[in-house]
Amino acid sequence: MPDMNALLAGIPAELTRLILALVALMVFIGLNGLALVWVERKVAGHVQRRPGPYEVGPFGLIQPIVDAVKLVAKQLATPAGADKFLYWLAPLLSFLPIFLLFIPIPFSKNLVGLDTNLGILLILAFAGLNVLALCLAGWGQNNKWGLLGAGRAVAQSVAYEIPLLLAVLAVSFQTGSLSLTEITAKQGAWPWQWNIVVQPLAFFLYFICAVAETNRAPFDLPEAESELTAGFHTEYSGMGFGLFFLAEYANMIVVCSVATVLFLGGWQGPIEPGWWWFLIKMYALLVVIIWFRWTYPRVRFDQLLNLNWKWLLPLSMVNLLATAFAVKLFA
Amino acid sequence: MISQTFKEAVTAVWSMVVGLKVTGKNFLLPQITVHYPRQVVTNLDTYRGHIELVAKDENPFAARCIMCGQCENNCPSGCITIESVTREIPVETPKEPAPGEEAKPAPKPKKVKELTQFLLDYNLCSLCGLCVQHCPVDSLRFSRDVYLAGYSRGEFEFELLEMLKKRGKK
Repeated sequence: MPDMNALLAGIPAELTRLILALVALMVFIGLNGLALVWVERKVAGHVQRRPGPYEVGPFGLIQPIVDAVKLVAKQLATPAGADKFLYWLAPLLSFLPIFLLFIPIPFSKNLVGLDTNLGILLILAFAGLNVLALCLAGWGQNNKWGLLGAGRAVAQSVAYEIPLLLAVLAVSFQTGSLSLTEITAKQGAWPWQWNIVVQPLAFFLYFICAVAETNRAPFDLPEAESELTAGFHTEYSGMGFGLFFLAEYANMIVVCSVATVLFLGGWQGPIEPGWWWFLIKMYALLVVIIWFRWTYPRVRFDQLLNLNWKWLLPLSMVNLLATAFAVKLFA
Repeated sequence: MISQTFKEAVTAVWSMVVGLKVTGKNFLLPQITVHYPRQVVTNLDTYRGHIELVAKDENPFAARCIMCGQCENNCPSGCITIESVTREIPVETPKEPAPGEEAKPAPKPKKVKELTQFLLDYNLCSLCGLCVQHCPVDSLRFSRDVYLAGYSRGEFEFELLEMLKKRGKK
């Protein structure tokens, strides 16, 4: 079939790579969503000295799949008085940019969707879309809790994005690059060659902001169950809620992946570097975030903003200035 | 002033590490819940379920109950109903009087009260325990059935005497 071959040859290699990466990422995000739900519930159980899910399948492993089936099978109800268009746009807007966030992350030396020299900028720019989605969801559903949750989400995300950016910028100053591949390449295999040794404060600040950006406990004010029922996703049923849920877990994976690349040497590791080192570090950070959730009570809203404006922002500013000074002095 | 603020911040951050230590330790410790269908609770000494009758020491089929009605009268919820019958046990008629002796009056037949039903409507019971306290012969006690469950109200109307007999068979 010469025609077919000619047709296939006409497709640019970069496009094929991108499409393959997107399909692979869909599988990765879906499977990770299922796995993390299970891990989350198991950790919650064991922290509270109970077994966690253990009825469905061995060690309750089938539980998240059964939950997903239940979610998919549920009716998609639109509340009366809701702005239909915005209401259904919001979950899509929350979930779709996730793929863009994953594309520039180097899982191993060549396992990267799109090796762009502005990788970290791409991630930070499109991560901001999630706030818009939460805002639309809260506004569109015509529900007081939804609106309050959305308001909190916006205030929180806007506030915590600043120290997060400054912490990331410190690493970029130090490496002189915004490309995640290059930042990984500049770190060594052993832990003392990683950026976390040079930038411990930046890592600390980044991690706190990452937890806040992904709306995870103790910063889960936008969906605070005890006061806002479910916050911005109060009215969503079935897969509308499912997409928000999946997006939250995918965002967790993204912030942990970026932390791995920026501070923990990415796919570099002792003995045999490769994607396994990347995944080990990423999942370790994810477990720490889950561990946080089952340890700390939710902060009050004024505490949340005080922590950001009075501590994280000045500290990250000082850290950035010190880094710039050191770079100028020694590099 | 400034050093005080920083000191407080460091203490606060350290307290968060302590919190992680606590949950981390509990994560590694063994579970303390009971997986119900596969395991059951064993230590039930302090559990107070619905009341049940206590059997006589010599006869596991008969209750110690003397049908005084104290439990029925003292129950604030009115969930106990006792029914009994009085049976006459014929006493041996004396022998024919010997000639010349005056005939003795025939002795009265012995009357025995017998418990026929001890109804407990557990739907109404508040488990106050007054019946157990008032029983003069210790014929009532709390059962230990933690896993008692049913689908209808009818299933919680118990006939305690029947349950005692069933227990006796075991």
